[in-house]
Amino acid sequence: MAATETLAAVSGSLGSIGYGLAAIGPGIGIGYIFGNGVQAMARQPEATGLIRQNMILGFAFCEALALIGIVMPFVFGQ
Amino acid sequence: MSAADQMLALDTSCKIFVDGGCGFQSPGLHSFIFKPMFTVGGLEFNKPMLLALLTTLVLCVFFWKAFANPKVVPGKLQMVAESGYDFVRRGIVYETIGKKEGEKYVPFLVALFFFIWLMNIWSIIPLAQFPVTSIIAFPAGLAIMVYVTWMSLTFKRHGFVGGLKNLTGYQKGLGAVLPLVMLIEFFSNVLVRPFTHAVRLFANMFAGHLLIVMFTIATWFFMNGMGWLYTPVAFVMVCVMIAFELFIQAVQAYVFVTLSASYISGALEEAH
Repeated sequence: MAATETLAAVSGSLGSIGYGLAAIGPGIGIGYIFGNGVQAMARQPEATGLIRQNMILGFAFCEALALIGIVMPFVFGQ
Repeated sequence: MSAADQMLALDTSCKIFVDGGCGFQSPGLHSFIFKPMFTVGGLEFNKPMLLALLTTLVLCVFFWKAFANPKVVPGKLQMVAESGYDFVRRGIVYETIGKKEGEKYVPFLVALFFFIWLMNIWSIIPLAQFPVTSIIAFPAGLAIMVYVTWMSLTFKRHGFVGGLKNLTGYQKGLGAVLPLVMLIEFFSNVLVRPFTHAVRLFANMFAGHLLIVMFTIATWFFMNGMGWLYTPVAFVMVCVMIAFELFIQAVQAYVFVTLSASYISGALEEAH
């Protein structure tokens, strides 16, 4: 096996880069949720209350991923 | 990180364009650690604890005043309190748990909603200016309370085996993938649920407080020489963040209570 050689290194705050990556998925998810929620409301205005409640619930589930991303550097950093 | 490191925006004398001065002092974990005001038998009493006690006091006094002698034609205070109560009852509990089963849990969820909301609102009230829920212990305690409630309900309603079936999403028709589904469901229901329930509230308030503190320090930091040109930008951002936080605080209290209600309704629902 060849000796390990460092080709590239990152210095500075790795946590912020990690959080940037972690925010991509929830960002897409929240976009989908609110986009489809607004569309559903436009198609069926009578169901607005029910749709809004489920929309916020879905938003909360999705957002949890991004928030876990905020917390992890504090938990596992150093 | 000791309490001595704690720094508020106005405690730093760091300014832009000062020769040999210090740089921008960004907020961090140290913004969330407070010097204890006094110590009672090894227990340090600090600002978040004071605010939490104040929250309890304010809510007790408010609801006592509003509902102590209820009238058929409500006065102003009773009107406000009733609309708040009705919002949680109709908007959250009836929609999630249902009218018949849900009525029993309305007082608990109303108290939870207003307690969390007020603890969040301290974030933008002058002199308090700290969301109590951004200390993980507070949301964790509340989440554990909800967890114990719906866990005990599950086993009370369905018995031991039925309760386990409910927790693991047992369905006969699944066949070969059943063990996998049960494992995943058990993991997500029993272990991940209370964790995300607490962390969602905590992290939202934590991040919101960091943002507000960051722009407040920036406003102070720019108040020197040419820096005055940038001061209004930072100050406008402070105002925008405060308005945004006002919205997020209400949404997070709503989400916390809605999730509690949906966990309780999941515990009550018939096993498949």
